[in-house]
Amino acid sequence: MNREGDLMLGLGDLSIFLAYVLCIASALLCVVYGVINWNKGAETEVELKKDIGWEEKDKEIKEDLDV
Amino acid sequence: MDLAKVIVIIVYLAVVALLGVIGWRRTKNAQDFMLAGRKTHPVVMALSYGATFISTSAIVGFGGQAGYFGMSLLWLTFLNIFLGIFIAFVFFGRRTRHIGHNLDAHTFPEFLGKRFDSKFIQKFAGIVIFIFMPVYTAAVMMGVASILNAGLALGDYNVALLISAVIVAAYVIFGGMKGVMYTDAFQGSLMLVGMIALIVIVYSELGGIIPAHQALTDLIKNPDAAAQTAQLKFASGFTGWTSMPEIFSVNWMTVVTSIVAGVGIGVLAQPQLAVRFMTVKSDRELNRAVPIGGVFILLMTGVAFVVGALSNVLFFNAKGKISLAAAGKIDDIIPTFLNTFTQPWFVTIFMVVLLAAGMSTMSSQFHVMGTAAGRDIIGSSKRSGKNSLLAARIGTLIAIVITILLSYLLPNVWNGAIAIATGLFFGLCGAAFLPMYFGALYSKKMTKAAAVSGMVSGAGASLIWMLLFHTKEASVFGLVSAITGGASQTLIANPIVQTLDPLFIGLPVSIIVTVLVQVFSRKKLPQQLIEQSFDGVGKPA
Repeated sequence: MNREGDLMLGLGDLSIFLAYVLCIASALLCVVYGVINWNKGAETEVELKKDIGWEEKDKEIKEDLDV
Repeated sequence: MDLAKVIVIIVYLAVVALLGVIGWRRTKNAQDFMLAGRKTHPVVMALSYGATFISTSAIVGFGGQAGYFGMSLLWLTFLNIFLGIFIAFVFFGRRTRHIGHNLDAHTFPEFLGKRFDSKFIQKFAGIVIFIFMPVYTAAVMMGVASILNAGLALGDYNVALLISAVIVAAYVIFGGMKGVMYTDAFQGSLMLVGMIALIVIVYSELGGIIPAHQALTDLIKNPDAAAQTAQLKFASGFTGWTSMPEIFSVNWMTVVTSIVAGVGIGVLAQPQLAVRFMTVKSDRELNRAVPIGGVFILLMTGVAFVVGALSNVLFFNAKGKISLAAAGKIDDIIPTFLNTFTQPWFVTIFMVVLLAAGMSTMSSQFHVMGTAAGRDIIGSSKRSGKNSLLAARIGTLIAIVITILLSYLLPNVWNGAIAIATGLFFGLCGAAFLPMYFGALYSKKMTKAAAVSGMVSGAGASLIWMLLFHTKEASVFGLVSAITGGASQTLIANPIVQTLDPLFIGLPVSIIVTVLVQVFSRKKLPQQLIEQSFDGVGKPA
């Protein structure tokens, strides 16, 4: 095995090496993004209000279904 | 061993049925049925997104393609993770959730229709889904039926077809989105375990990561292997399994435009995936789903492509044949590989993994088709409650019946249907919906006329390209062949034209038409609709 092969993980072409590395790098990007934003973006009060509105509508529908 | 196989499959089907029942008991209204009550757990959401994304064909079909084309397919994995997960969740997902929420949209066509104040868009999108998705679903179902047929030793493809259809139908019709997502999450977990085991087995068999790659790189230098690629008529431009094909060769056109870009970009406008963004409660759930989704896709398509390519070394070392020579057909490379190089117990486990991959994709497709028919084509969006729930369930039933009929008929008329059908649907959705979907999320100025004309021209251009110019579909539809009396299959006999993916025609046409009509159309959408749509969108989380 030559040194060049070792440097490119044994892959024969720079663009394939790049694809291999980018696959892992983009998965890592997803992980890092998720960890940083793990607790961000929780439901806001406005959304909570909307949700309550929905639940009321749900109840009406449920009553419809029971008929 | 056969008894063990039967037991493993039955246990698997029992767990799926149980999760379906739980989904059913928790489905009380139309919103539960269509969007799982908008309160899905992030892990369930991410696994469900991933399991829907990756079907049996992604593992067996595309894994086999990697055995043929080599590791250049890893560019598709990169696009799947970067576009299909990262960009999709961070730049499309959040806004889809907010705007969908603001407009009270329950399906992808309804989302687009309400956003542009157009019943036509909703119905057109619903019809595109209802007409073309069954072909894609049938492709997945044929895969599931043949695995079940082999695993349970039924000896009858049609019986296997019926069993798989009845099980999936039951949990989609009764369990709705909750049933679909719970079973998806279970199936996604199974897929994860199976694929991790597979990559470990293959790399350790070949002495580690770098030695394995090096052996594959060196394989094309072996005169025997090189002679076999010539004998098997590998498409022109092939340079080995760890290097890119020669630029603009037939091989390159197929890998780059059809497989990598066609499937990789089309994924951004897939109705069955986009609707999942609307099933979670807040942006936090989407944020948490990103890492799970990214790693999931890496372990699915990444592993399938690396294993598919490396199978050449294993086959050559053991039998002196490259994968295609050993397996006979591209679709048989992965199954032959598993049977030859892994233990019987692993083959059993992997069979369930493949079953799970197929069923999870199929269930979401049924769900999307059912809601498209029930809510977007027939149903009025004002209707809610009992009627809407019933309409969606009946729509799902009709979609399932059509799919079963297609799965029954297609194997007789269409050889190699799986990969073609998948590409067809992805390309069509990308061309018809992507510009409009992007505009719906990011442009307050986009007009209804621009959205409608972009969608219609994109769908039309890709269909025309498929019918008349692109060999893969044109040869199947046979229109040109009928007109020219069998003299040629496509209108222009140029290899670059014949292999250029329909998305490369449909998407640019759709973008150009959208922009042109936007410039010339005066009628803006009502300000009130824009304000309602973008209420709370784009504010820092």
